[in-house]
Amino acid sequence: MSETADHGHDSSHHAPPHPSVLGLVANFFALMLLLAATIAIAEIDLGRGNFIASTGIAAAKMTLIMLFFMNLRYSKPLTRLVACAGFFWLAIMFGLSFSDYITRGWLAAGGG
Amino acid sequence: MSEAHSVHGPVAHQFDDLEQQREADELGMWTFLCTEVLFFGGVFLAYTLYRLRDEAGFADASSTMNLWLGGINTAVLLCSSLTVALAVHAGETSRRAMLVVCLLLTMVLGAGFLGIKFYEYYEKFEEHHMPLFGLPFIYHGKASPATAEMFFDLYFVMTGIHAIHMIIGMGIFTVLLVKALRGGLLGDYSTPVHIAGLYWHFVDIVWVFLFPFLYLIGARH
Repeated sequence: MSETADHGHDSSHHAPPHPSVLGLVANFFALMLLLAATIAIAEIDLGRGNFIASTGIAAAKMTLIMLFFMNLRYSKPLTRLVACAGFFWLAIMFGLSFSDYITRGWLAAGGG
Repeated sequence: MSEAHSVHGPVAHQFDDLEQQREADELGMWTFLCTEVLFFGGVFLAYTLYRLRDEAGFADASSTMNLWLGGINTAVLLCSSLTVALAVHAGETSRRAMLVVCLLLTMVLGAGFLGIKFYEYYEKFEEHHMPLFGLPFIYHGKASPATAEMFFDLYFVMTGIHAIHMIIGMGIFTVLLVKALRGGLLGDYSTPVHIAGLYWHFVDIVWVFLFPFLYLIGARH
């Protein structure tokens, strides 16, 4: 027990790497710029392009938040892998659901 | 020395060292967040399927949303994510005053978000766009009433479970604030701020997707 306590005492030197305050503030302003961009682009009618642009910008914001606010940029590979596993499962859920819903029309067309 | 386990130092006895403990804590939170991705993923899937059924109808219903309040709320939430990230930084670098201020600011911004959200709910109630609790649903736009009702059903479910997550987050930050005021959560003891921060950022990310999907798909005039 005393051994583990000793390990703990000198551990303040290897605090986890972390973005600087300036880096965090810069990340925040990048997010605000993306927010302004997504609202501005929504005012222009691009048809299908609006969906692609707004979802793309949301994905960019998510990436910035995950990398710098949630510290994945400086995390261990295992942590990054687990963080990405959620998307993998999400892709399975969407993929299997759409393989049903989207293809229903095809069957009707083929069957006459 | 205010915390019960501080008698044995910051490392619990099942861990070799602080780094291992921090990694285990972090990994546990990310695993929980994966289940949260699927929890919210279910309603996002329902939203996508109904939107594909009647895209024009969803766009029309979305155009009745208050873009100003939604946009301001997005900004408020991004600000709170910054204050959380700064709180984590303050905890790790043992700056107590900065930690307390950042935790307080996060809670103020979180409360601001919820306040604006509930004002929006009140607006929807006034406009009879609230298909809940057997309230009358009246829609005069171009979309069919059934599509509009489905859009607002999804709106209330998605923003509702998001708001519940925000309220839980506020509770977590209240506990952290009390600990910080008592002199805890600094240096080697700062991991709880990081873990709670991961949760808060996740809730922020959910809103980052809710905002364009609910507010920005309709043409505005």
